Amino acid sequence: MPSWAPLTAEQLAEQRRGLSEAQLQDRKIVNVNAETVTDVSATDIPGHWGQGQDDSWDLERFRQVLDIKFYQNKPHDAAFSLIGVDASIANAFRRILIAEIPTLAIEDIFVFDNTSIIQDEVLAHRLGLIPLTGGKEGLDRMSWFKKPPPKDDYAAQALYDQDDLAPSASAPNDHNTVVMSLKVECRWATTNEDGRDGKALALDGETDPSVRYVNSNVYAHQLVFEPQGDQTDWFAGDDAIRPMNPDILIAKLRPGQRINLRCHCIKGIGGDHAKFSPVATASYRLLPHINIISPILGNEAKKFQRCFPRGVIDLVPDEESGENKAIVADPMKDTVSRECLRHEEFKGKVKLGRIRDHFIWGVESTGQFESDELFLDSVRLLKAKAEKFKRHLTKVEEGG
Amino acid sequence: MAQETVDEPMEDAPAGAEANDADFVYEKQRLRVLPGSSDTAASFAFEREDHTLGNALRYMIMKNPEVEFCGYSIPHPSEAVMNLRIQTWDGANVNDVLRKGLDDLADLCDVVEDKFTAARDEFNATHPDRTTDKR
Repeated sequence: MPSWAPLTAEQLAEQRRGLSEAQLQDRKIVNVNAETVTDVSATDIPGHWGQGQDDSWDLERFRQVLDIKFYQNKPHDAAFSLIGVDASIANAFRRILIAEIPTLAIEDIFVFDNTSIIQDEVLAHRLGLIPLTGGKEGLDRMSWFKKPPPKDDYAAQALYDQDDLAPSASAPNDHNTVVMSLKVECRWATTNEDGRDGKALALDGETDPSVRYVNSNVYAHQLVFEPQGDQTDWFAGDDAIRPMNPDILIAKLRPGQRINLRCHCIKGIGGDHAKFSPVATASYRLLPHINIISPILGNEAKKFQRCFPRGVIDLVPDEESGENKAIVADPMKDTVSRECLRHEEFKGKVKLGRIRDHFIWGVESTGQFESDELFLDSVRLLKAKAEKFKRHLTKVEEGG
Repeated sequence: MAQETVDEPMEDAPAGAEANDADFVYEKQRLRVLPGSSDTAASFAFEREDHTLGNALRYMIMKNPEVEFCGYSIPHPSEAVMNLRIQTWDGANVNDVLRKGLDDLADLCDVVEDKFTAARDEFNATHPDRTTDKR
Protein backbone atom coordinates (compact mmCIF):
# COMPACT_ATOMS: atom_id res chain seq x y z
CA MET A 1 0.00 0.00 0.00
CA PRO A 2 1.44 3.40 -0.92
CA SER A 3 1.94 6.13 1.64
CA TRP A 4 -0.99 8.09 0.20
CA ALA A 5 -3.55 5.32 0.68
CA PRO A 6 -7.10 6.50 1.43
CA LEU A 7 -7.50 8.16 4.79
CA THR A 8 -10.07 7.51 7.46
CA ALA A 9 -13.06 9.84 7.57
CA GLU A 10 -11.58 11.97 10.37
CA GLN A 11 -8.18 12.23 8.77
CA LEU A 12 -9.83 13.25 5.53
CA ALA A 13 -11.98 15.92 7.15
CA GLU A 14 -8.82 17.28 8.78
CA GLN A 15 -6.99 17.38 5.45
CA ARG A 16 -9.85 18.99 3.57
CA ARG A 17 -10.53 21.70 6.13
CA GLY A 18 -8.56 24.20 4.12
CA LEU A 19 -10.31 23.41 0.83
CA SER A 20 -13.42 25.36 -0.05
CA GLU A 21 -16.16 23.98 -2.28
CA ALA A 22 -15.16 26.59 -4.88
CA GLN A 23 -11.58 25.31 -4.89
CA LEU A 24 -12.80 21.77 -5.42
CA GLN A 25 -15.02 23.03 -8.25
CA ASP A 26 -12.02 24.80 -9.82
CA ARG A 27 -10.33 21.45 -10.24
CA LYS A 28 -13.07 20.46 -12.69
CA ILE A 29 -12.42 23.31 -15.14
CA VAL A 30 -10.52 23.09 -18.39
CA ASN A 31 -9.07 26.56 -18.99
CA VAL A 32 -9.56 28.01 -22.45
CA ASN A 33 -7.03 30.84 -22.68
CA ALA A 34 -6.34 33.25 -25.53
CA GLU A 35 -3.85 30.97 -27.24
CA THR A 36 -3.69 27.81 -25.15
CA VAL A 37 -5.92 25.24 -23.51
CA THR A 38 -4.69 24.11 -20.09
CA ASP A 39 -5.66 21.62 -17.38
CA VAL A 40 -7.12 19.26 -19.94
CA SER A 41 -6.51 15.96 -18.15
CA ALA A 42 -8.71 14.60 -15.43
CA THR A 43 -7.09 14.64 -11.98
CA ASP A 44 -9.46 12.37 -10.08
CA ILE A 45 -6.88 9.60 -9.71
CA PRO A 46 -5.86 8.50 -6.19
CA GLY A 47 -2.66 10.21 -5.20
CA HIS A 48 -2.88 13.13 -7.60
CA TRP A 49 -3.92 15.62 -4.91
CA GLY A 50 -2.06 13.81 -2.17
CA GLN A 51 -3.84 12.55 0.88
CA GLY A 52 -6.24 15.49 0.96
CA GLN A 53 -8.59 14.03 -1.62
CA ASP A 54 -9.85 10.46 -1.70
CA ASP A 55 -10.33 9.63 -5.35
CA SER A 56 -10.62 5.86 -5.07
CA TRP A 57 -13.65 4.33 -6.79
CA ASP A 58 -16.79 4.54 -4.68
CA LEU A 59 -20.02 3.36 -6.27
CA GLU A 60 -22.29 5.14 -3.79
CA ARG A 61 -20.46 8.43 -4.29
CA PHE A 62 -20.71 7.95 -8.06
CA ARG A 63 -24.44 7.35 -7.73
CA GLN A 64 -24.76 10.66 -5.87
CA VAL A 65 -22.56 12.65 -8.22
CA LEU A 66 -23.92 11.30 -11.52
CA ASP A 67 -26.63 13.50 -12.97
CA ILE A 68 -28.56 13.24 -16.23
CA LYS A 69 -30.64 16.13 -17.55
CA PHE A 70 -32.77 15.77 -20.65
CA TYR A 71 -33.32 18.62 -23.10
CA GLN A 72 -34.96 16.71 -25.91
CA ASN A 73 -36.10 13.14 -26.37
CA LYS A 74 -37.36 12.54 -29.88
CA PRO A 75 -36.91 9.23 -31.74
CA HIS A 76 -34.48 10.77 -34.21
CA ASP A 77 -32.83 13.30 -31.94
CA ALA A 78 -32.08 13.11 -28.23
CA ALA A 79 -30.16 15.79 -26.33
CA PHE A 80 -29.13 15.42 -22.71
CA SER A 81 -26.37 16.20 -20.24
CA LEU A 82 -24.33 13.43 -18.68
CA ILE A 83 -22.68 14.96 -15.62
CA GLY A 84 -20.09 13.38 -13.36
CA VAL A 85 -18.36 10.77 -15.53
CA ASP A 86 -14.84 10.70 -16.88
CA ALA A 87 -14.13 11.40 -20.55
CA SER A 88 -12.93 7.80 -21.05
CA ILE A 89 -16.35 6.47 -20.03
CA ALA A 90 -18.34 9.01 -22.06
CA ASN A 91 -16.11 8.31 -25.05
CA ALA A 92 -16.66 4.56 -24.69
CA PHE A 93 -20.43 5.11 -24.92
CA ARG A 94 -19.96 7.36 -27.96
CA ARG A 95 -17.70 4.88 -29.74
CA ILE A 96 -20.08 2.00 -29.02
CA LEU A 97 -23.03 4.03 -30.36
CA ILE A 98 -21.24 4.68 -33.64
CA ALA A 99 -19.39 1.43 -34.24
CA GLU A 100 -20.72 -1.47 -32.17
CA ILE A 101 -24.50 -1.45 -31.90
CA PRO A 102 -25.86 -3.78 -34.59
CA THR A 103 -28.48 -2.77 -37.14
CA LEU A 104 -30.00 -4.29 -40.25
CA ALA A 105 -28.84 -3.12 -43.68
CA ILE A 106 -28.71 -4.40 -47.24
CA GLU A 107 -25.53 -6.43 -47.72
CA ASP A 108 -25.81 -8.80 -50.69
CA ILE A 109 -27.54 -7.86 -53.94
CA PHE A 110 -28.38 -10.25 -56.73
CA VAL A 111 -28.84 -8.24 -59.91
CA PHE A 112 -30.99 -10.08 -62.45
CA ASP A 113 -31.36 -7.13 -64.76
CA ASN A 114 -30.02 -3.61 -64.76
CA THR A 115 -30.22 -1.66 -67.97
CA SER A 116 -30.19 1.74 -66.26
CA ILE A 117 -27.21 4.05 -66.66
CA ILE A 118 -26.21 3.52 -63.03
CA GLN A 119 -23.69 0.70 -62.77
CA ASP A 120 -24.41 -2.43 -60.72
CA GLU A 121 -21.75 -1.69 -58.09
CA VAL A 122 -22.78 1.94 -57.67
CA LEU A 123 -26.43 0.93 -57.43
CA ALA A 124 -25.52 -1.76 -54.86
CA HIS A 125 -23.61 0.82 -52.79
CA ARG A 126 -26.55 3.23 -52.85
CA LEU A 127 -28.97 0.49 -51.79
CA GLY A 128 -26.69 -0.55 -48.93
CA LEU A 129 -26.75 2.93 -47.44
CA ILE A 130 -30.56 3.11 -47.21
CA PRO A 131 -31.57 3.07 -43.52
CA LEU A 132 -34.14 0.35 -42.88
CA THR A 133 -36.70 0.07 -40.11
CA GLY A 134 -39.21 -2.49 -38.90
CA GLY A 135 -40.49 -4.29 -35.81
CA LYS A 136 -37.99 -3.64 -32.98
CA GLU A 137 -38.57 -6.99 -31.28
CA GLY A 138 -38.06 -8.89 -34.51
CA LEU A 139 -34.87 -6.94 -35.22
CA ASP A 140 -33.55 -7.71 -31.75
CA ARG A 141 -34.18 -11.42 -32.33
CA MET A 142 -32.28 -11.52 -35.61
CA SER A 143 -29.05 -13.46 -35.34
CA TRP A 144 -25.72 -12.93 -37.12
CA PHE A 145 -24.96 -13.95 -40.65
CA LYS A 146 -21.37 -14.20 -41.75
CA LYS A 147 -20.50 -15.12 -45.28
CA PRO A 148 -17.50 -17.49 -45.46
CA PRO A 149 -14.75 -15.87 -47.52
CA PRO A 150 -13.83 -17.24 -50.98
CA LYS A 151 -11.40 -20.19 -50.84
CA ASP A 152 -8.69 -18.32 -52.78
CA ASP A 153 -8.88 -15.12 -50.71
CA TYR A 154 -6.21 -15.89 -48.13
CA ALA A 155 -6.31 -12.45 -46.50
CA ALA A 156 -10.05 -12.76 -45.88
CA GLN A 157 -9.60 -16.34 -44.69
CA ALA A 158 -7.06 -15.24 -42.10
CA LEU A 159 -9.47 -12.62 -40.74
CA TYR A 160 -12.51 -14.88 -40.88
CA ASP A 161 -13.17 -16.03 -37.38
CA GLN A 162 -16.07 -18.37 -36.86
CA ASP A 163 -15.42 -19.03 -33.20
CA ASP A 164 -18.10 -16.88 -31.64
CA LEU A 165 -20.66 -17.60 -34.32
CA ALA A 166 -23.33 -20.27 -34.49
CA PRO A 167 -22.79 -22.95 -37.16
CA SER A 168 -25.97 -21.74 -38.83
CA ALA A 169 -24.47 -18.26 -39.29
CA SER A 170 -22.76 -19.16 -42.54
CA ALA A 171 -25.96 -19.96 -44.44
CA PRO A 172 -28.82 -17.50 -44.96
CA ASN A 173 -32.03 -18.41 -43.13
CA ASP A 174 -35.13 -16.65 -41.86
CA HIS A 175 -33.43 -15.79 -38.56
CA ASN A 176 -30.42 -14.04 -40.05
CA THR A 177 -31.42 -12.70 -43.46
CA VAL A 178 -34.20 -10.43 -44.66
CA VAL A 179 -35.06 -10.47 -48.34
CA MET A 180 -36.22 -7.42 -50.26
CA SER A 181 -36.69 -7.06 -53.96
CA LEU A 182 -36.81 -4.19 -56.41
CA LYS A 183 -38.43 -4.59 -59.77
CA VAL A 184 -39.04 -1.45 -61.82
CA GLU A 185 -39.31 -0.68 -65.49
CA CYS A 186 -39.67 2.77 -66.99
CA ARG A 187 -42.05 3.40 -69.91
CA TRP A 188 -43.89 6.18 -71.68
CA ALA A 189 -47.11 7.26 -69.97
CA THR A 190 -50.19 6.04 -71.82
CA THR A 191 -53.79 7.22 -71.78
CA ASN A 192 -55.10 3.75 -70.94
CA GLU A 193 -52.92 3.13 -67.90
CA ASP A 194 -51.96 6.57 -66.64
CA GLY A 195 -54.64 8.93 -67.97
CA ARG A 196 -52.14 10.93 -69.99
CA ASP A 197 -50.36 10.34 -73.30
CA GLY A 198 -46.69 10.95 -72.60
CA LYS A 199 -45.62 10.88 -76.24
CA ALA A 200 -48.30 13.39 -77.29
CA LEU A 201 -47.35 15.63 -74.36
CA ALA A 202 -43.70 15.39 -75.40
CA LEU A 203 -44.59 16.54 -78.90
CA ASP A 204 -46.38 19.50 -77.33
CA GLY A 205 -43.14 20.45 -75.63
CA GLU A 206 -43.54 18.75 -72.23
CA THR A 207 -40.05 18.27 -70.75
CA ASP A 208 -40.83 16.98 -67.25
CA PRO A 209 -39.76 13.31 -67.15
CA SER A 210 -42.25 12.49 -64.39
CA VAL A 211 -45.08 13.61 -66.72
CA ARG A 212 -43.75 12.03 -69.91
CA TYR A 213 -42.78 8.70 -68.34
CA VAL A 214 -43.81 6.31 -65.60
CA ASN A 215 -41.16 5.15 -63.12
CA SER A 216 -38.59 7.68 -64.32
CA ASN A 217 -37.51 7.95 -60.68
CA VAL A 218 -36.90 4.87 -58.54
CA TYR A 219 -37.54 5.52 -54.85
CA ALA A 220 -36.71 3.57 -51.71
CA HIS A 221 -40.39 2.81 -51.04
CA GLN A 222 -40.43 0.64 -54.16
CA LEU A 223 -38.31 -1.96 -52.34
CA VAL A 224 -40.65 -4.86 -51.53
CA PHE A 225 -40.18 -6.85 -48.33
CA GLU A 226 -40.45 -10.62 -48.90
CA PRO A 227 -40.94 -12.23 -45.47
CA GLN A 228 -39.44 -15.70 -45.06
CA GLY A 229 -40.50 -18.33 -42.49
CA ASP A 230 -40.80 -16.84 -38.98
CA GLN A 231 -40.53 -13.35 -40.41
CA THR A 232 -44.24 -13.40 -41.30
CA ASP A 233 -44.84 -13.21 -37.51
CA TRP A 234 -41.85 -11.08 -36.50
CA PHE A 235 -42.42 -8.39 -39.10
CA ALA A 236 -46.20 -8.53 -39.61
CA GLY A 237 -48.31 -5.53 -40.60
CA ASP A 238 -46.82 -2.22 -39.40
CA ASP A 239 -43.67 -4.07 -38.32
CA ALA A 240 -42.72 -4.88 -41.93
CA ILE A 241 -39.12 -4.18 -42.88
CA ARG A 242 -39.08 -1.00 -44.95
CA PRO A 243 -36.84 1.95 -45.74
CA MET A 244 -36.98 4.54 -42.96
CA ASN A 245 -37.41 7.33 -45.49
CA PRO A 246 -39.62 6.27 -48.43
CA ASP A 247 -38.48 9.17 -50.63
CA ILE A 248 -34.80 8.33 -51.04
CA LEU A 249 -33.98 8.46 -54.76
CA ILE A 250 -32.21 5.26 -55.83
CA ALA A 251 -31.91 5.68 -59.61
CA LYS A 252 -33.33 7.50 -62.63
CA LEU A 253 -34.65 5.59 -65.62
CA ARG A 254 -35.78 6.28 -69.17
CA PRO A 255 -38.36 4.28 -71.20
CA GLY A 256 -37.21 0.69 -71.74
CA GLN A 257 -34.69 0.71 -68.90
CA ARG A 258 -35.17 -1.87 -66.17
CA ILE A 259 -33.94 -2.70 -62.70
CA ASN A 260 -34.70 -6.15 -61.32
CA LEU A 261 -32.78 -7.26 -58.25
CA ARG A 262 -33.03 -9.02 -54.93
CA CYS A 263 -31.37 -7.79 -51.72
CA HIS A 264 -30.28 -9.79 -48.70
CA CYS A 265 -30.28 -7.62 -45.56
CA ILE A 266 -28.22 -8.79 -42.59
CA LYS A 267 -27.30 -7.59 -39.13
CA GLY A 268 -23.91 -5.88 -38.89
CA ILE A 269 -21.97 -3.28 -36.94
CA GLY A 270 -20.77 0.21 -37.83
CA GLY A 271 -17.18 -0.91 -37.31
CA ASP A 272 -17.49 -3.13 -40.40
CA HIS A 273 -19.31 -0.62 -42.58
CA ALA A 274 -20.83 2.80 -41.84
CA LYS A 275 -24.17 1.65 -43.30
CA PHE A 276 -24.67 -0.49 -40.17
CA SER A 277 -24.16 2.45 -37.80
CA PRO A 278 -27.44 3.08 -35.94
CA VAL A 279 -26.73 6.81 -35.58
CA ALA A 280 -26.28 9.66 -38.02
CA THR A 281 -24.25 11.39 -35.31
CA ALA A 282 -23.52 10.64 -31.69
CA SER A 283 -21.42 13.37 -30.16
CA TYR A 284 -20.83 15.38 -27.03
CA ARG A 285 -19.31 18.72 -26.07
CA LEU A 286 -18.23 20.03 -22.69
CA LEU A 287 -20.36 22.65 -20.97
CA PRO A 288 -18.73 26.10 -21.42
CA HIS A 289 -17.88 28.02 -18.26
CA ILE A 290 -17.56 31.81 -18.13
CA ASN A 291 -16.03 33.25 -14.99
CA ILE A 292 -16.41 37.02 -14.64
CA ILE A 293 -13.71 37.87 -12.09
CA SER A 294 -14.38 41.60 -11.69
CA PRO A 295 -17.58 43.44 -12.65
CA ILE A 296 -18.01 44.55 -16.26
CA LEU A 297 -20.24 47.64 -16.34
CA GLY A 298 -21.99 50.12 -18.63
CA ASN A 299 -20.87 50.34 -22.25
CA GLU A 300 -18.19 47.74 -21.61
CA ALA A 301 -20.91 45.33 -20.50
CA LYS A 302 -22.79 45.95 -23.74
CA LYS A 303 -19.65 45.26 -25.75
CA PHE A 304 -18.96 42.18 -23.61
CA GLN A 305 -22.43 40.87 -24.32
CA ARG A 306 -21.82 41.19 -28.04
CA CYS A 307 -18.69 39.00 -27.77
CA PHE A 308 -20.96 36.00 -27.11
CA PRO A 309 -23.85 34.34 -28.94
CA ARG A 310 -27.29 35.75 -28.11
CA GLY A 311 -28.61 34.69 -24.72
CA VAL A 312 -25.30 33.86 -23.06
CA ILE A 313 -24.75 37.19 -21.28
CA ASP A 314 -27.50 39.24 -19.61
CA LEU A 315 -27.31 42.89 -18.54
CA VAL A 316 -28.79 43.64 -15.12
CA PRO A 317 -28.90 46.97 -13.22
CA ASP A 318 -26.10 47.16 -10.69
CA GLU A 319 -27.02 48.97 -7.45
CA GLU A 320 -23.48 49.94 -6.50
CA SER A 321 -22.52 51.73 -9.71
CA GLY A 322 -26.01 52.51 -11.02
CA GLU A 323 -24.93 51.06 -14.39
CA ASN A 324 -25.76 47.86 -16.21
CA LYS A 325 -23.68 44.87 -15.23
CA ALA A 326 -22.86 41.81 -17.34
CA ILE A 327 -23.84 38.46 -15.83
CA VAL A 328 -23.74 34.94 -17.25
CA ALA A 329 -27.29 33.90 -18.15
CA ASP A 330 -26.89 30.64 -20.07
CA PRO A 331 -23.41 29.19 -20.67
CA MET A 332 -24.91 26.32 -22.67
CA LYS A 333 -25.54 28.63 -25.59
CA ASP A 334 -21.88 29.67 -25.69
CA THR A 335 -19.49 28.39 -28.35
CA VAL A 336 -16.29 29.44 -26.48
CA SER A 337 -15.23 31.61 -29.42
CA ARG A 338 -12.71 33.49 -27.20
CA GLU A 339 -13.76 36.78 -28.82
CA CYS A 340 -13.87 38.51 -25.43
CA LEU A 341 -10.20 37.64 -24.83
CA ARG A 342 -9.16 39.74 -27.84
CA HIS A 343 -10.25 43.02 -26.25
CA GLU A 344 -7.92 45.01 -23.98
CA GLU A 345 -10.73 46.25 -21.70
CA PHE A 346 -11.65 42.71 -20.57
CA LYS A 347 -8.06 41.68 -19.76
CA GLY A 348 -8.00 40.02 -16.36
CA LYS A 349 -11.74 40.46 -15.89
CA VAL A 350 -12.90 37.18 -17.42
CA LYS A 351 -11.75 33.57 -17.60
CA LEU A 352 -13.15 31.12 -20.12
CA GLY A 353 -13.25 27.38 -19.70
CA ARG A 354 -15.22 24.21 -19.95
CA ILE A 355 -16.41 21.83 -17.23
CA ARG A 356 -14.45 18.62 -17.62
CA ASP A 357 -17.13 16.20 -16.46
CA HIS A 358 -20.24 17.83 -17.96
CA PHE A 359 -20.98 16.22 -21.32
CA ILE A 360 -23.75 17.68 -23.46
CA TRP A 361 -24.84 14.85 -25.73
CA GLY A 362 -26.55 14.78 -29.07
CA VAL A 363 -27.67 11.38 -30.35
CA GLU A 364 -29.38 11.32 -33.73
CA SER A 365 -30.70 7.91 -34.72
CA THR A 366 -31.05 6.92 -38.37
CA GLY A 367 -34.46 5.55 -37.42
CA GLN A 368 -34.08 1.81 -36.92
CA PHE A 369 -34.08 2.29 -33.13
CA GLU A 370 -34.98 5.24 -30.90
CA SER A 371 -32.15 7.53 -29.85
CA ASP A 372 -32.63 7.14 -26.08
CA GLU A 373 -32.81 3.35 -26.43
CA LEU A 374 -29.59 3.40 -28.44
CA PHE A 375 -27.75 5.17 -25.62
CA LEU A 376 -29.06 2.59 -23.14
CA ASP A 377 -27.90 -0.15 -25.51
CA SER A 378 -24.42 1.35 -25.55
CA VAL A 379 -24.34 1.30 -21.73
CA ARG A 380 -25.50 -2.32 -21.68
CA LEU A 381 -22.97 -3.27 -24.34
CA LEU A 382 -20.07 -1.80 -22.33
CA LYS A 383 -21.28 -3.75 -19.32
CA ALA A 384 -21.50 -6.93 -21.40
CA LYS A 385 -17.88 -6.40 -22.48
CA ALA A 386 -16.78 -6.11 -18.85
CA GLU A 387 -18.75 -9.24 -17.92
CA LYS A 388 -17.28 -11.14 -20.86
CA PHE A 389 -13.71 -10.38 -19.84
CA LYS A 390 -14.48 -11.31 -16.24
CA ARG A 391 -15.34 -14.79 -17.55
CA HIS A 392 -12.19 -14.84 -19.64
CA LEU A 393 -10.10 -13.74 -16.66
CA THR A 394 -11.47 -16.69 -14.69
CA LYS A 395 -10.28 -18.95 -17.52
CA VAL A 396 -6.85 -17.30 -17.40
CA GLU A 397 -6.62 -17.89 -13.65
CA GLU A 398 -7.73 -21.51 -14.00
CA GLY A 399 -5.22 -22.09 -16.77
CA GLY A 400 -2.45 -20.93 -14.42
CA MET B 1 -46.72 -11.68 8.77
CA ALA B 2 -43.70 -12.97 6.95
CA GLN B 3 -44.57 -13.39 3.33
CA GLU B 4 -43.92 -16.81 1.96
CA THR B 5 -41.79 -17.21 -1.09
CA VAL B 6 -43.89 -18.88 -3.72
CA ASP B 7 -42.41 -20.71 -6.62
CA GLU B 8 -43.32 -19.08 -9.89
CA PRO B 9 -44.90 -21.49 -12.34
CA MET B 10 -42.65 -22.23 -15.27
CA GLU B 11 -43.80 -20.68 -18.50
CA ASP B 12 -43.49 -21.97 -22.01
CA ALA B 13 -40.30 -20.90 -23.69
CA PRO B 14 -40.97 -18.11 -26.16
CA ALA B 15 -41.23 -19.19 -29.75
CA GLY B 16 -37.82 -19.30 -31.36
CA ALA B 17 -35.99 -20.16 -28.13
CA GLU B 18 -35.07 -23.59 -29.48
CA ALA B 19 -33.40 -21.92 -32.41
CA ASN B 20 -31.27 -19.90 -29.99
CA ASP B 21 -30.33 -23.04 -28.04
CA ALA B 22 -29.10 -24.64 -31.24
CA ASP B 23 -27.08 -21.48 -31.83
CA PHE B 24 -25.20 -21.82 -28.54
CA VAL B 25 -21.51 -21.50 -29.29
CA TYR B 26 -18.34 -21.94 -27.35
CA GLU B 27 -16.91 -18.52 -26.50
CA LYS B 28 -13.37 -18.13 -27.75
CA GLN B 29 -10.81 -17.10 -25.12
CA ARG B 30 -9.97 -13.46 -25.93
CA LEU B 31 -7.77 -12.63 -22.94
CA ARG B 32 -4.12 -13.66 -22.61
CA VAL B 33 -1.35 -12.81 -20.18
CA LEU B 34 1.78 -11.71 -22.01
CA PRO B 35 5.11 -13.37 -21.15
CA GLY B 36 7.22 -11.88 -18.37
CA SER B 37 4.42 -11.18 -15.94
CA SER B 38 4.52 -11.49 -12.18
CA ASP B 39 1.85 -11.31 -9.49
CA THR B 40 2.22 -7.56 -9.15
CA ALA B 41 3.06 -6.54 -12.71
CA ALA B 42 1.50 -7.99 -15.82
CA SER B 43 0.45 -7.16 -19.36
CA PHE B 44 -2.82 -8.54 -20.67
CA ALA B 45 -3.71 -8.88 -24.33
CA PHE B 46 -7.39 -8.24 -25.09
CA GLU B 47 -8.26 -9.63 -28.51
CA ARG B 48 -10.74 -7.74 -30.66
CA GLU B 49 -10.79 -4.75 -28.31
CA ASP B 50 -9.76 -1.14 -28.90
CA HIS B 51 -9.83 2.28 -27.24
CA THR B 52 -13.49 1.75 -26.29
CA LEU B 53 -12.73 -0.78 -23.58
CA GLY B 54 -9.03 0.10 -23.26
CA ASN B 55 -9.38 3.66 -22.06
CA ALA B 56 -12.49 3.04 -19.95
CA LEU B 57 -10.89 0.06 -18.21
CA ARG B 58 -7.59 1.93 -17.77
CA TYR B 59 -9.48 4.71 -15.97
CA MET B 60 -11.40 2.30 -13.71
CA ILE B 61 -8.19 0.46 -12.76
CA MET B 62 -6.33 3.71 -12.10
CA LYS B 63 -9.10 4.61 -9.65
CA ASN B 64 -7.84 1.75 -7.46
CA PRO B 65 -5.33 3.04 -4.87
CA GLU B 66 -3.51 -0.30 -4.94
CA VAL B 67 -2.44 0.38 -8.52
CA GLU B 68 0.92 2.00 -9.16
CA PHE B 69 0.58 2.12 -12.94
CA CYS B 70 -2.02 1.25 -15.53
CA GLY B 71 -1.84 1.97 -19.24
CA TYR B 72 -3.03 0.52 -22.50
CA SER B 73 -1.78 0.46 -26.05
CA ILE B 74 -2.78 -0.81 -29.45
CA PRO B 75 0.57 -2.08 -30.77
CA HIS B 76 -0.45 -2.13 -34.43
CA PRO B 77 -3.57 -0.69 -36.11
CA SER B 78 -3.89 -3.72 -38.39
CA GLU B 79 -4.10 -6.14 -35.52
CA ALA B 80 -7.26 -6.13 -33.42
CA VAL B 81 -5.41 -6.47 -30.12
CA MET B 82 -5.30 -4.12 -27.15
CA ASN B 83 -2.60 -4.53 -24.52
CA LEU B 84 -3.23 -3.46 -20.95
CA ARG B 85 -0.36 -3.09 -18.49
CA ILE B 86 -0.99 -3.14 -14.74
CA GLN B 87 1.58 -2.66 -11.97
CA THR B 88 0.46 -2.75 -8.37
CA TRP B 89 1.86 -1.63 -5.08
CA ASP B 90 3.31 -4.45 -3.00
CA GLY B 91 0.99 -7.27 -2.10
CA ALA B 92 -1.85 -6.57 -4.50
CA ASN B 93 -2.44 -9.25 -7.14
CA VAL B 94 -2.83 -7.97 -10.72
CA ASN B 95 -5.62 -10.44 -11.51
CA ASP B 96 -7.62 -9.18 -8.54
CA VAL B 97 -6.99 -5.61 -9.62
CA LEU B 98 -8.15 -6.36 -13.17
CA ARG B 99 -11.24 -8.16 -11.86
CA LYS B 100 -12.07 -5.22 -9.61
CA GLY B 101 -11.65 -2.87 -12.58
CA LEU B 102 -14.07 -4.94 -14.67
CA ASP B 103 -16.48 -5.21 -11.73
CA ASP B 104 -16.41 -1.46 -11.13
CA LEU B 105 -16.97 -0.79 -14.83
CA ALA B 106 -20.01 -3.09 -14.85
CA ASP B 107 -21.36 -1.42 -11.68
CA LEU B 108 -20.86 2.01 -13.25
CA CYS B 109 -22.86 0.92 -16.30
CA ASP B 110 -25.71 -0.26 -14.07
CA VAL B 111 -25.84 3.11 -12.29
CA VAL B 112 -25.74 5.03 -15.59
CA GLU B 113 -28.53 2.84 -16.99
CA ASP B 114 -30.74 3.31 -13.91
CA LYS B 115 -30.21 7.06 -13.72
CA PHE B 116 -30.65 7.53 -17.47
CA THR B 117 -33.91 5.58 -17.51
CA ALA B 118 -35.22 7.53 -14.51
CA ALA B 119 -34.23 10.90 -16.01
CA ARG B 120 -35.80 10.03 -19.35
CA ASP B 121 -39.08 8.78 -17.86
CA GLU B 122 -39.30 11.89 -15.72
CA PHE B 123 -38.64 14.11 -18.75
CA ASN B 124 -41.22 12.29 -20.88
CA ALA B 125 -43.82 12.66 -18.12
CA THR B 126 -43.22 16.39 -17.66
CA HIS B 127 -42.66 17.29 -21.33
CA PRO B 128 -45.47 15.92 -23.52
CA ASP B 129 -43.85 17.47 -26.62
CA ARG B 130 -40.54 15.81 -25.68
CA THR B 131 -38.50 18.96 -26.22
CA THR B 132 -37.23 22.16 -24.60
CA ASP B 133 -35.57 25.23 -26.06
CA LYS B 134 -32.30 24.21 -24.42
CA ARG B 135 -29.71 21.94 -25.94
